[in-house]
Amino acid sequence: MVQFLNPEGEFGVPKGLEAYGKYLDALTEADYLKFYRDMARMRRFDVEAHALQRQGQLGLWIPAIGQEAAQIGSGYGVRGNDHIFPSYREHGVAITHGIELMSILKMLRGVNHGGWNPEETRFHLYAIVLGTQTLHATGYAMGVAFDGKVGTGNKEEDLAVITYVGDGATAEGEVSESFLFAANNKSPLVYFCQNNQWAISSPSASQTTVPLFKRGAGFGVPGVRIDGNDVLASYAVTAKHMDDAREGSGPFFIEALTYRIGAHTSSDDPTKYRDQAEVDHWVARDPLKRFEKFLRRQGVGEDFFAEVEAAGEALATEIRDATFALTEPPLENMFNHVYSEPHPRIDEQFEWLKRYEASFGEGNE
Amino acid sequence: MSNIVELSIAKAITAGLRKALTDNEKVLVFGQDIAQLGGVFRVTEGLHAEFGQKRVFNSPIAEAGIVGTAIGLAMRGYRPVAEIQFDGFIFPAFNQITSQLAKLQNRSEGYMTMPVVIRVPYGGGIGAVEHHSESPEGYFARTAGLRVLTPSNPNDAYWMIQEAIASTDPVMFFEPKRRYWQKGPVNLDAPPQPTYQARVLREGTNVTLATYGPMVATALQAAELAAEEGTSIEVIDLRSLSPIDFGTIINSVKKTGRLVVAHEDSTNLSISSEISARITEEAFYHLEAPVLRVGGFDVPYPSAKLEEMFLPDADRILEAVDRALAY
Repeated sequence: MVQFLNPEGEFGVPKGLEAYGKYLDALTEADYLKFYRDMARMRRFDVEAHALQRQGQLGLWIPAIGQEAAQIGSGYGVRGNDHIFPSYREHGVAITHGIELMSILKMLRGVNHGGWNPEETRFHLYAIVLGTQTLHATGYAMGVAFDGKVGTGNKEEDLAVITYVGDGATAEGEVSESFLFAANNKSPLVYFCQNNQWAISSPSASQTTVPLFKRGAGFGVPGVRIDGNDVLASYAVTAKHMDDAREGSGPFFIEALTYRIGAHTSSDDPTKYRDQAEVDHWVARDPLKRFEKFLRRQGVGEDFFAEVEAAGEALATEIRDATFALTEPPLENMFNHVYSEPHPRIDEQFEWLKRYEASFGEGNE
Repeated sequence: MSNIVELSIAKAITAGLRKALTDNEKVLVFGQDIAQLGGVFRVTEGLHAEFGQKRVFNSPIAEAGIVGTAIGLAMRGYRPVAEIQFDGFIFPAFNQITSQLAKLQNRSEGYMTMPVVIRVPYGGGIGAVEHHSESPEGYFARTAGLRVLTPSNPNDAYWMIQEAIASTDPVMFFEPKRRYWQKGPVNLDAPPQPTYQARVLREGTNVTLATYGPMVATALQAAELAAEEGTSIEVIDLRSLSPIDFGTIINSVKKTGRLVVAHEDSTNLSISSEISARITEEAFYHLEAPVLRVGGFDVPYPSAKLEEMFLPDADRILEAVDRALAY
C-alpha cells in the first residue's frame, strides 16, 4: 500500500516508491496549505449540508466525511485539460475543479440535476446509477485518443480522463465492461476507486474476494492500492498515473483505502450494521487530523489553522444563507431539453399544463 | 434528371452510412462483427475497408459497453452510430439507453447534446432461434428523450439513416430485418419528406390501416386483396414511432371513419395501444367503429415453426378490417 504520511503525520518516501515521490518533491508549502484548506472546506461543507438536511432544507445529503484526503489529493492530481467523471459523493473533487458548492446543494434540494456545464468545467454530472459513468469516461477517453491528444509529447494539448467509482459499484457489470473497452483501446483513463469499506450496509468483502486494485488485471488494467487517508499519496499516485495515461500507457486503477465515517446518506442508519469500535478506529485515523499533524511538524503555525477555521465558519454561513435564498425552478425546466429539436408530444403537454395552471387565475381559485 | 438507383433496404442503409461517413468526419460506425465481416446482415459491408479502423470498427460483445462508450464519444463531439446485432440482444444495454442516453440532455439542462444512433435489426419471419425475432420498439418509443425511426423501403432507409445521424437527439433506428433484401428505387438527390412525418402509401376510403417497418409490405398486400373484393383501404406508413405523426392518421380517419393498427409486436401496451387511445381522444366523433389492433400475441416470441401463427399476415389484417366495417 502506497503511503507517505503515517497516521502520526510523519513523512517518508519508502524504497521503491521514488517514481511517486518525485511528484511530492515538486510541491511547495503553498500547495500543502491549499490541500489542507480544501480538505477543511470539504469537511465544513459536509457538516453544514448535513445540518441543512436535518432541518428540512435538503431532500437528501450524501456525506463524504473521512474521504477528504482521497478526494482533494486526487482532485489536484488531475491537470488543466483533463476530464473528470464522478460518481455521486465527489464533493471534494468538485471543490478542486471550481464547481460552485451551491450547485451540489441545489441538486440535493431538488432544484435540478446538477446544472453545471460539464464540457466547460470538465467535471461531468454526478452519476446516480452505479458504474454507468465509467463507460462514459471510457468513451470520452477513446474519443481523446481518436483526436490524437494522447502521447504527442505536447503537455499543453494532451489530456487524460479520470473516473471515480466506489467499492460497491465495482460489482456492476458495466464497470467490468469499461475495463475491457479501455484496455482494448489503450484509452487514457484512470479509475480512482474510493474503497470506503461500506456500500450502504454491505461490507466491501461482500463485493469481492480479490483486493479491488487487482480487479482490472485480467482485463489488462493494472492497479495499485494506496492509503486513501494520506493526501500526499492520493495526490502523487493520481498525478503520476494521469501523466502516464496522457503519455499513452493505457488505463490504470487506483484503489484508495479509506473509510466512510458518516452514513451512506442522510436516510441511512449505520448503527444497524456496524460497530462503534470500528468507526472509532477510523475516526482516530482522520485524514484531516493526519495532515494537520504533518503541517505542524513542518512548522505551520496556529495562525493558519485559526484562519482556516474562520474561513469554514464563513463558508457555513454563506451556504446556509444561499440555501435559504434558493428559489423554485421554473416549470419549463421539466420540459426543456428533453429533446434538442422540437418534439410535438412534449410541446403539446407543456402547452396544456400552462393553460391548466392559468385556469386557476385570480378569482377562479 | 433525378439520380435514381435500385437498391435493397440493407444496401440503401449501407449507402446512407457511407454518405454520412463521407460528409462528416465525426461520424463513427461500430458494433459487433461490423468491420471486416460487414455485420451479420452485411449492412456495413465495405465500410471498414473504405474508411479504415479509426472510423469503422468492431466492438467487444458487450452491449452496455457499446452504448455507454457511444455516450462518452458523443460527449467528446463524435456522432456514433452503434449497431446492436439483434433485437433480443439490446436488453443488456437497456440501462445505458433509457437511464443515460435518453436523459442526459435534460439532466444537463441542454449543456450536452446526444447525437447517438443505435441501429437495431428487428422483427421476425426469418425462422431464427430464440431472441433473434423480437420487436422491442415499444420500450424505446415510450421513453422520453429518445426518437424512434423505422423505414419500410429502400428510399426511406437511405434518407432516414442520414437524418438520424444528423439529429442532435438520440435516435433508435429499427431496421425491418425480414425486408432487408426487398429492392426499390432510391432517389440520391432529394429526401422524400420531413423525417418525422407519416406517409399515405395508398389512398382509400373505407378503412385506414396504419402500420410500420416490416408490416408495411403485408399491409399493402392486404389492401390489394381487399380492393379485389371492393373494399378501399388507405395504408399509412408511420415511419416515426417517436414522435408519432397523429395528424396524418387523424386526417385519414376523418375520411374513412375506421382505423386498424397493425404491427408484429404484442398488442398489450404497444404502439397500437397508444394510437388507439389518442385517436379515440382526438377523433372520437369521426369514428364509425372502435379502433382495432392487429399484432403478435401477448406471449414470448415463439419458436420458428410457430412464428407464422404469431405474426399477423394479410388475412389477419383483413379479418380486423371486416370487423371494423361490420359496425
